[in-house]
Amino acid sequence: MIEEKGIFSGGEFCGHASCPGCGEKIILRHILDVLGRKTIIVCPAGCAAVTDGIFPHSISPVPFMHTPFDAVASCAAGVRAGLEMSGRSEVTVMVWAGDGATFDIGMGALSAIAERNENILYICYDNEAYMNTGIQRSSATPFGSWTTTTPRGRLKSEPKKDINFILASHKIPYIATASPAFIDDLREKVNKAKEITGLRFLHVLSPCPPGWKSDPKDSITLARLAVECNVFPLFEIENGERIRLSYRSQSLPVTEYLDMQGRFRYLSEEETETIQSRTDEYYKTLNSLHESEQPLRMTMRKE
Amino acid sequence: MKKVVSGNEATSLAVKLSRAQVISAYPITPQTTISEKLSEICGSGELDARFVKVESEHSAMATLIGASSTGVRTFTATSAQGLALMHELLFWASGARLPIVMVDVNRAMAAPWTIWCDQTDSVAQRDTGWMQFYCWSNQEILDSVICSFKIAEKSSIPCMICYDGFFISHTNEPIDIPEQKQIDKFLPPRKAEYFLDIDNPQTFSGGTLPNYFMEIRYKLHDAFEKAQGVINDVYDGYNKLTGRSYEPIEPYYIDDADRVLITSGSAASTVFHTVNKMRKSGEKVGMLRIRQLRPFPEKELLYYIKPNIKYGALDRNLSPGTGGVFSQEIRSVLNRNGNGNRIHEFIAGLGGRDITTNNIEEIFKRIGNVEPDGINWVGLLK
Repeated sequence: MIEEKGIFSGGEFCGHASCPGCGEKIILRHILDVLGRKTIIVCPAGCAAVTDGIFPHSISPVPFMHTPFDAVASCAAGVRAGLEMSGRSEVTVMVWAGDGATFDIGMGALSAIAERNENILYICYDNEAYMNTGIQRSSATPFGSWTTTTPRGRLKSEPKKDINFILASHKIPYIATASPAFIDDLREKVNKAKEITGLRFLHVLSPCPPGWKSDPKDSITLARLAVECNVFPLFEIENGERIRLSYRSQSLPVTEYLDMQGRFRYLSEEETETIQSRTDEYYKTLNSLHESEQPLRMTMRKE
Repeated sequence: MKKVVSGNEATSLAVKLSRAQVISAYPITPQTTISEKLSEICGSGELDARFVKVESEHSAMATLIGASSTGVRTFTATSAQGLALMHELLFWASGARLPIVMVDVNRAMAAPWTIWCDQTDSVAQRDTGWMQFYCWSNQEILDSVICSFKIAEKSSIPCMICYDGFFISHTNEPIDIPEQKQIDKFLPPRKAEYFLDIDNPQTFSGGTLPNYFMEIRYKLHDAFEKAQGVINDVYDGYNKLTGRSYEPIEPYYIDDADRVLITSGSAASTVFHTVNKMRKSGEKVGMLRIRQLRPFPEKELLYYIKPNIKYGALDRNLSPGTGGVFSQEIRSVLNRNGNGNRIHEFIAGLGGRDITTNNIEEIFKRIGNVEPDGINWVGLLK
């Protein structure tokens, strides 16, 4: 376990504007506690941008740069270049972006900094839709989910974009998934990522009670169930080649996760079965790749 | 040192002399040779700068926004579609008060595709909160780029230097290049007042409610109102160093003129040549060359407007349905100041069409012979 540094003592992290039960602030608090004060946050439009505080207020204990929605990856590359040119290479440049900025509007720029292997720690808090604008589907929204743009009768019919394997194909040094229900694992991954040079990508599931139509008190339970039902497995990929499962789940039925969320309430039995079988297949593939020497197959989501 | 260089080479030399620290650019004709040269001199170590090789102009400007926020000196160059792709970020750069310097090698906007010159790309960015300077010679490009870093850093407003694609960017001219040590003295390293600093953590450009936003915009506007003073001071200093200076509006043969044509960019060279030619046959014609679109030199323009002179404005750009953008600006200044002079408005040279001395002679004839009658398209096929 990584010792708490108390970066948030003295009330520095108080006063944010996140909704009750929001995963994002819990995750951010632990990330910053591991990274420490030699960190600069680069943050695009999204929940985190708003809930950090409205001018002149900000809860951030470290320098915090807001960016346009689509520009966070490139802005971070610029911050990195600027730090290097002014003799401050030791500072960690951390992107803190939602799934909209990461999977969708900022995808081109993210792919570019991955291809260039920019020395950036890119962390995505994934709440699986455009929650800040009021629950519209993103390409991170899972199959069968209700959102305002995938309403009842037109639920999301496409699977979630497999961002980790897209980035793995860029051969970046480190990719990991993490969860606020597995804090030690999250902190260890942040600590590991901190020591690596190049683009590091952390993908953290961030429960969102208003968007998921769930009870705020259940956020950590849901984050735990997402892992235990294999909907959001915890793993690492190094250099786009070696994959390692970080946690052996109980492989609970997906219904335990789905049934606690209003966004999945319109699923038919058949659709629920589809989710179960796809989840099983994905986890099986991950298992088969676990610490194997064979190169990653990129067709993991084959229907 | 004297050297014969193209307009784009003049830019690269100026960026090197100015010791830009982070450069980011994406290839687009006719700008590309700037990024090639800068990439080369960053690679060879001739310039101690990081060249970030991005995947789009949008990312080029975003990269500079990030880099400039750390307090370093930054530069990019683009043209046309590339500039338009940056549009969102141009507002961000000026709103965040980042002294980014950019060259726009003027190229017409598609559709239809064209790589040839007009100024519609940069004039369309008029309201983004960038200063805009229009050059007519390679010497002026070199001097303007160097001075713009100082102007931008003193006023915390980003600067765009514009010059005509191919007509200037790819034409060789002899220029005088200052010594590095001269420029080091004139333009010391940037000292940012606010920057991303782990010892003094601050949050930049966060959400702002109606209770503060307007004041922040007012401050930017106020900085523009004061910018002409900054520009003049910087050029005074540069003049002492090099003996060269530039006015926001540069007059040519206007003291006894009865007809004056106002224009910018490479078209001014043709007007200059035509004025010389017509003066030889006794015609009292003159020129005002406008160097700035933002801040627009209102006072300087009014200084040159006299009751008994007939004026025309020649634009190599178009706001469809309204006409040339410099013409609009001039008209607006004249109207606001109750000056009864109406001006002839001319559109010419769009998409790289040549503006010839014959065209200019016809324009001067028209200014002399008829009353202003809306927008005249020069050299349009029948």
